[in-house]
Amino acid sequence: MIEFVTFYLIPGLVLGSIYALAAAGVSLVYGVMRFAHFAHGDLMTWGAYAALVAVGVLGVSPWLAIPVAVLATIPVALAADRAFYAPLRRSAPAVLLISSFGVALMIRALVYLIWGPTPESYARGFTPPLFLGEIRIQQRHLFILGGALAAALAVHLLLSHSRAGRAMRAMADDPDLARVTGVPVAGVIRLTWAVSAGLAAIAGVFLAIDTELTPLLGFNVLLAAFAAAILGGIGRPWGAALGGLILGLAEELSSYPWIGTAPLLDPSYKTAVAFAVLILVLIFRPQGLFKGMG
Amino acid sequence: MEAALLYLATMLTLAGVYACLALGLNLQWGLTGLMNFGGLGFLAVGAYTAALLTAPESAQQSAAHGGGFGWPWWVAWPLAALAGALLALPVGAAALRLRADYLAIATIGIGEILRLVVRNEDWLTGGPLGVPGIPRPLESLGEPAGQFAFLALVLLVAAGLYAMAEATARSPFGRTLRAIREDEEAAKAVGKNPGAFRLAAFVLGAGCMGLAGAMLAGFFKFMGPDALDPVTATFLVWVMLIAGGSGNNRGAILGAVAVWAIWAASDFLAAQLPGEAATRAAYVRLFLIGLALQLILLHRPQGLLGERPGR
Repeated sequence: MIEFVTFYLIPGLVLGSIYALAAAGVSLVYGVMRFAHFAHGDLMTWGAYAALVAVGVLGVSPWLAIPVAVLATIPVALAADRAFYAPLRRSAPAVLLISSFGVALMIRALVYLIWGPTPESYARGFTPPLFLGEIRIQQRHLFILGGALAAALAVHLLLSHSRAGRAMRAMADDPDLARVTGVPVAGVIRLTWAVSAGLAAIAGVFLAIDTELTPLLGFNVLLAAFAAAILGGIGRPWGAALGGLILGLAEELSSYPWIGTAPLLDPSYKTAVAFAVLILVLIFRPQGLFKGMG
Repeated sequence: MEAALLYLATMLTLAGVYACLALGLNLQWGLTGLMNFGGLGFLAVGAYTAALLTAPESAQQSAAHGGGFGWPWWVAWPLAALAGALLALPVGAAALRLRADYLAIATIGIGEILRLVVRNEDWLTGGPLGVPGIPRPLESLGEPAGQFAFLALVLLVAAGLYAMAEATARSPFGRTLRAIREDEEAAKAVGKNPGAFRLAAFVLGAGCMGLAGAMLAGFFKFMGPDALDPVTATFLVWVMLIAGGSGNNRGAILGAVAVWAIWAASDFLAAQLPGEAATRAAYVRLFLIGLALQLILLHRPQGLLGERPGR
């Protein structure tokens, strides 16, 4: 039981909260701009590497580097939107998706060029795990859980209690109606990118703290982010966050020896869990847990 | 002179393989509007099917991979195409009932999972060691005649796929696919079932990719995880099709040849640079190919050859 909590449940929650942040960003962009943003994973990577620079130059801990990561990632998303997505706004969503695929490649190429292909880490020293009773939890895991909760709360407050957030939700519900009722569309789109890229940067830094930095860091969880967003009902950030938690738990719990002593699923196939969840949702509940947009 | 000719034959062979990939993607995206970002997965299934079926029997004891039946290529290649199609069937059936972008996401999953399978299932694929000793069709003709004969074979297959794709595009089936792409509701109103037609196009395109994989395995005489790179197997094919002109089969071939020529030439030039600079040049090239895709989407969305108005 203790082992289950320490080695499966807590890592599942940690991974789940990282997915939740990533999926919420994907879902926000989908809600407002109606296309699957395939460069989201590479925005995560960019944010994680930006934090690496801050850690190296300023000598701060990766936690304090998160604001730098956020500030470094938002302009990338805004620039991509301005240069590539905005002129295609009237095209089919498929064209925007392909364009974002190209942007993903460009960001990845820059990461390779600047930081090289070798995996890096934020080089933190060994921190002893904390004990809550008999349950052992890594300090970084506690920070990630707390940080993700704080970020989710901030986004919730923004969406539900600010004028800008209401405008965003209005765009997501009915873009034409929002436009004619005087919602400043360009501003809402910029804000959406800022929030989404900020969440991507935070998720990227968390993921890099929990694992290590590689140029494919974010791309490797892109499928999970989308599976979580669709599971939660695409276009619904809260649904996406819940979907992320469920998916993270499912991935970690899938390698628990539920039957006999061997892991139920070979840990090297964890990625396949996201795929399986995606296919099951598409077959049995395509609108997601919370009714997503059609 | 002979070395230059052999180099040219190598490049043309790969261009032929890419033409088959682009034709397959054109059936899916160009004709039907289905986004497949898992080309690598279908290529891999075809490549390993052909590899395991044609690898010599004698290697069975020593090699760590499965299969090794020593079957002739002309049996294995159609089965490789079938394997690609069979992989597409369940995924398409699940993802195609809904929005087009869900298929795009699902296919990314296919590509990634196939990569995991190839790497981890040593008993079948040989894991990181791959499948060596795959016989290349017609190599019994000796060097260099065998190389040129293989090139001719690949070009013949590409021509055959082109003829098939053209026939498809002109058939009532192809017209229905275009109708569904352009206006699904209207197509439904005249009694067409969009889901079934989309699935057929998806499976057909995946079969082309599986066949391309089989040719690649025969050409390399080896198949392993490192031979499967999503950038060259999936992304480059997209750039080829969009540059050439999606919806136009000649455009798909033209794009495949032109983009492959640029890709190979830049590879050749980068290789002349000293060590570190050569790796960096590869990343610059990755950036530029992404940028090129953007510029085409922005300034010439129809590609070099646009889709011709249907008849």
